[in-house]
Amino acid sequence: MNPERSNAAWLKALNGEPEQEALEDLRAYLLRGLRFALGQRYRVTESDLEDFVQEAMVRILDNLDSFRGESRFTTWAQKIAVRVAFSELRRKRWQDMSLQDLSLSHDNITGPELDSALNWLPSPSLNPEQQVTQQSLQALLMELIQEELTDLQRRALIAVAIQGMPLEEVARRMNTNRNALYKLLHDARVRLKNRLEQRGVTVEEVMEAFSSG
Amino acid sequence: MMIPLGIDQFRHLVEHIFATEADEIDCDTCFTKLDRYAEMTLAGQDAAHLMPQIDAHLRHCSACREEYEALLSALKAVS
Repeated sequence: MNPERSNAAWLKALNGEPEQEALEDLRAYLLRGLRFALGQRYRVTESDLEDFVQEAMVRILDNLDSFRGESRFTTWAQKIAVRVAFSELRRKRWQDMSLQDLSLSHDNITGPELDSALNWLPSPSLNPEQQVTQQSLQALLMELIQEELTDLQRRALIAVAIQGMPLEEVARRMNTNRNALYKLLHDARVRLKNRLEQRGVTVEEVMEAFSSG
Repeated sequence: MMIPLGIDQFRHLVEHIFATEADEIDCDTCFTKLDRYAEMTLAGQDAAHLMPQIDAHLRHCSACREEYEALLSALKAVS
């Protein structure tokens, strides 16, 4: 077994008709890494890990041309294995989530629903000025989310930032992919940031308002 | 059923908004560089300064951050 191959040696061994020893070395490497990274925290079985590695091996072999040599080959391969594993883990994790509880079927989140989503009682330990500032910030943000974002931006932001739904799940329910969703959320954040600054809200003011709550 | 937003969530949301840059990279771009970024980190280099756009994306994107942390962990297991 020779896990210490150079990048060139890996590519040579795996291109075309892959060498059995190289395949086994890579499989073992990925399995060890995933087991360590996921094992305890994510409650995966050994069988799950083998499935992830198997899927990853297919993707790695199909995409050898895209390896740019910016890192060790095994690092690049491990990255792909991690991505495969998480895609599958997330899909399973949210499979049973009730669509009713966290529905994105609303075309327009109405004022009262948004109000209750963004509602909390300021901590009694705050001074009156901080309480007012926090409440007015809350009201302003609500207004901006309601008025300034597109419908898609609003739905995405509420799902991710307020309901805490993972990006991939939100993407799935909105019939898009995670990359497009990230860009949608980014656009929403840019717009909200611009509007907040136009209203004279500064980051210092926000930090001040939340400093001892 | 909407989940009420706690005060910490609200603060994080506002911080998140204020930390927004006009030219953030997306998940796909971050993914292409993540192996290099991870190796830099493990080599003790200041990856956040050397590749600031990756650092920024990982702050904004919980999905990529989760994968990055798992990758670091996996790399440590076999080193």
